[in-house]
Amino acid sequence: MHVSTNIKLVTAIGLGGAVGAMGRYSLTFIFSTDGFPFATLSANLLGCFLLSYLLHHKQIKKHLPPTLFTALTTGLIGSFTTFSTFTVETIELWNSHFFLAITYVLLSIAGGLLSCYIGYLFSIHTRKKARI
Amino acid sequence: MSFFYVALGGFCGSFVRYQLSIVANKRLIGTWLANVTGSILLASLVLIYTKEILPHTWWLILGVGFCGAYTTFSTFGNETMQLLLQQQWNKAIGYISLSFIVSILPATLILSL
Repeated sequence: MHVSTNIKLVTAIGLGGAVGAMGRYSLTFIFSTDGFPFATLSANLLGCFLLSYLLHHKQIKKHLPPTLFTALTTGLIGSFTTFSTFTVETIELWNSHFFLAITYVLLSIAGGLLSCYIGYLFSIHTRKKARI
Repeated sequence: MSFFYVALGGFCGSFVRYQLSIVANKRLIGTWLANVTGSILLASLVLIYTKEILPHTWWLILGVGFCGAYTTFSTFGNETMQLLLQQQWNKAIGYISLSFIVSILPATLILSL
């Protein structure tokens, strides 16, 4: 068992995670929580896009200090998006509105993958533009 | 004050997820483990929170903060997209199914208690 003992790095990831969690929590005040879980869905779709954009953007990766980059990606965006809430909300919807539960799962997974792909395309596009 | 509790949980959750990814030392496994165990933990917390055993403060720290940050959808999505871009269709479908089914079945069982 080897855990990371790089105090600076793990603290930076933790701080990123704290900010990400607060951002996700803020969304629950913007979207009404009864009915459909729009707060989690929007956090997950936005997070998928941003993470993919950052991970594929070589210039950003090169110019940001590695600790800050990991704090933003693994820490902030990783914590902003959530799988556990998605699971529990799916079960709660399943018990009340079966059709909405299926819609939620499909929108999250297909939408999440699409957001990742759009982030990837955006990243490649801006990289090309930066080169010209 | 509620934001502070969520931030505290979020700090710990992302810290543990990162350490787990180092220990697992393999792509997909770390995220899968975090998502599955985090979903089971959150379902247990929802159960005791709705039964009014878990105080609201602890729900904010452990449920919203910790579990929310410990599990991640963005890394799950990006790892799956990477598999799709590499045309590893079976692995991608297996990863999605195993993440979803192994999380939702025990969580459903816990929430039905």
